[in-house]
This record gives sequence, C-alpha cells and structure tokens, in this order.
Amino acid sequence: MTALLQVEGLSKGFGGVRAVDDCSFGVSEGTMTALIGPNGSGKTTVFNLVTGYLSADAGVVRFAGAPVRSPDPMRLYRLGLTRTFQQARVFARLSVRDNLIAAIPHRRRSFLRTRFTPADMSRAEEVLGEFGLLGLADALASELSFGQRKLLEFATVLMSRPRLVLLDEPTSGVNPTMVATMERHIRELNAQGLTFLIVEHDMNLVMRLCDPVIVLDHGAKIMEGAPSEVQVDPRVLDAYLGA
Amino acid sequence: MLTIDGLVAGYGLGDILKGVDLRLDRGTITCIIGPNGAGKSTVLKAVSGLLTPRVGSISFDGEPIGGLSPRRVLERGIVHVPQERSLFPKMTVFENVLMGAHLLRDRREVQRRAEAVAERFPIVGERRGERAGSLSGGQQKIVEIARATMVQPRLMLMDEPSMGLDPKARHLVFETVTRLNAEGQTILLVEQNARAGLQIADRGVVMDTGRVALEGPAATLLGDPNVAALYLGGHVDRAAPPPALTGSAPDAALPPA
Repeated sequence: MTALLQVEGLSKGFGGVRAVDDCSFGVSEGTMTALIGPNGSGKTTVFNLVTGYLSADAGVVRFAGAPVRSPDPMRLYRLGLTRTFQQARVFARLSVRDNLIAAIPHRRRSFLRTRFTPADMSRAEEVLGEFGLLGLADALASELSFGQRKLLEFATVLMSRPRLVLLDEPTSGVNPTMVATMERHIRELNAQGLTFLIVEHDMNLVMRLCDPVIVLDHGAKIMEGAPSEVQVDPRVLDAYLGA
Repeated sequence: MLTIDGLVAGYGLGDILKGVDLRLDRGTITCIIGPNGAGKSTVLKAVSGLLTPRVGSISFDGEPIGGLSPRRVLERGIVHVPQERSLFPKMTVFENVLMGAHLLRDRREVQRRAEAVAERFPIVGERRGERAGSLSGGQQKIVEIARATMVQPRLMLMDEPSMGLDPKARHLVFETVTRLNAEGQTILLVEQNARAGLQIADRGVVMDTGRVALEGPAATLLGDPNVAALYLGGHVDRAAPPPALTGSAPDAALPPA
C-alpha cells in the first residue's frame, strides 16, 4: 500500500514544551487510521501541523507522494486533504445548504466573482441526502444541535471530494444515536475509497473501526498496530496508566 | 465520613455525572482515576460546592452538604486544591499561605498557624519571602497544599496535583500527600497518572463516562486488567450492573439528524 500521507521528523514546541517531538508516521491509502494517546500527547497539534493551521519547527509532510511546503489549509483542501475540528466550525448564520455550497473549492481567484454551477448545487443536494440533512437544508447552522453541527461539518468537508479526511474527535459530546450515524458515514465513505485519520477518545469506537492504530506519547509515535495489539502493548499501557 | 449517593451533576444542558456513589473512610487516601472526560474533577467540584447536584445527595459526617456554597463547604472542613496553579504569583510564598485562612478573623491565630505550616512544609519556611511565581511547578503545588492546610481541613480534595510535573517533582508532591495522610489527613485524590495515584492510595475508584465503573483496594485495582480495558477499550466485567441512567445526553432531546 502507498502512504497517502507521510509525516517525517515533525516537531513543534510551545515555549519550553515540545508538543510534537520528532514524530514520524504514515497513513496508507484506503485505511481508517486512528491517532490516539493520553491527554497532551500531541494529537491535535499533529493535526494542526499536517493541515497547515500551525507551522512546524522541523519535519516534512508528504501528501500523495509530494512534499507539502509550508502547508496552507486552503491549498491542502484543494489538493484533497481536509479536516474537521473538535468544536465543529460551521458558518452559524448560513443555512445548512449554504454551508455546503460555501465549501465548494473554486479555481477562480476572485471571491466576488465566484459562480456556483448547477453541478455544484446538485452536489450539495446529493451530500444533504447522503447525510439525511435534507429536512434541515434551510435551517440556520446556529439552530442545529451540537451533534448535528458536527455532522454538518463532516458533510461540508466532503464537498471538495477529498482523498484524506482528518477527523478530530468526531463523536465527542454527541449522543449515542449520532455516534452510530457518524460511524456509519465513516464506514460508507471509506468503502468508497476515502482515507481517514481519526483522533477519538471513545476507545471502543476506535478499536472496532480503525486499523491501524497509531499511539502517540510526549509528541512522538510509540507504537503502531492492530487494535488487539495496541490494547495489550506494555508501552501503550505505560502511556495511559502512568509508569 | 463522606457519602455520595446517586449524584447527577453537569454543566449547561448535559450531565457529566450520571449517578455516582462513593464512600470515603476517615484517615484514608482514596484515588479517583479514569479516562478523559469520565467526570473525575466534576465529582470534586460537586463536593466542594462549585457545582450543584441535580439529583442525589452528598453528606459529610452525617450532614447533607450538597448544594452548599463553596464557602459553607469550606467552613465544614473540606478544602479543594484545584487542578490549575492557584497561587497568587506576585505575592510571597508566606503571604499565599496566610491567604489560606481568609475565613478566620483572629489574626494572631492565622499567624500562629502560618508559622506552624512553615515548619511543617520546609519549602514554605525556606522560600517564605520569595514571590510564589518564581517557584517551580512542583514547589508551587506543595505550597498550594500547605496553604490548604491553614483551615485545618477534615477532608482535602486534590485535583491532579501531579499534572504537568516531571517524575521527580511528582514524587515530591506525592511524598507530601502521603506524609499528610500519615499524620491523619483524609484525602480524596483525582489522578491522571493512574498507577502513581493508586500506589499511594488505600482505595481506588475508576470512573468511566460519569459513573463508577470499578472500585476496590488500590492494590487490587493496580493489577486489574479491567482498568486498562476502560482506558483502551475492550470488554469490562462489571461486578454490578451500572445504575440506571437518570440524566440525559446533551443531544438526547433533539431528533437524530
């Protein structure tokens, strides 16, 4: 398998703290890969570095074989690498449908001259349908529940037809029904070929959904393997339970 | 000494604690561990009055304290050492210790107690005139604990005293905790470092998603594979079925999308 995303020697410090410390790992195309680790192990910082929300002190990120120089969220989005956030970031004052349309990447430089094509509109309807959001299409995003906002954010990042989606805690704070909905969408999209890198605290979900599981501690990878290997690995137990 | 029954509490619309039962014996260290978001700190906040129970009761030495203001809870003899650094960084170490007895009117008594604390906690005596902010993280945590003893508490709540500390500093803080306990102090401790916390505790309580998942002698829990399963997923053999869900999840009232 080819590594769709390859991270080599990534480092990032905040003041005296090395949040990410010479971190290397790969995400193979077609997988649902998990990135786990105890509190403060650097998971979200890795996400921020890979997606260009932070700039790394050192290290290289390769996406689809090409090094990403000075990662920029918008450019990566066009290239097919996108992400969600722990607290879903949606446009609160736009309708659900308009949130999807606003997420369509355009080649034209001028924002003001952007035109949405009938194809864009039908793509939005298609995604609304897939996510069961048609009934809420005209609701303002601000009217949605926390879980529904997360679902909407997930739907919007698909508008760019990405190859890799980074999900930052897709099920935290959402009800069990919504957890099941999220899981179903992730599985279906993965079956269609979409690759996922997932940070998630619900370990039961991680262990039934993801393979491989990459474990971070103190900003570096300490282990990678199948869920059954990770759950009994002494290094992982040390990281989680303390040494 | 402390009895918590069916405690439901949370923030906003959601319940973090979904029916917690807990018993604490005088003179012991009880350590609450559990994965992120399990509700460990929320238990302490409910006990110290920072959070009002929605359902359930908390009683201390036979008297109900659930819903009392933090000040009233403190007057009953329960002191809370919070997770984040809480010293006044620009005040001296000794001034910080004096602040610990702000409930007391008798100034001479406050001075007397502070001098006793300075003797009992060497760091307070040695660094008394220095700005608290100039101390290392571990030293600050020990001064915080020292300050909390100014009210001569009957119960100390400590929320992750080892957070952000290197192993050496953590060792010093834990040494302080065990020494206090050896002198008779009852302590309810929340710890992220499960093994380190259990090693100094008499009893352990493992929380998961707002409930007590496992409890028992700390030494037993140290070797219990179910504890790891709670952190890393997998099957847990619960001794008893979990109590009925009395709260509601944040989105429960809304139709699924």
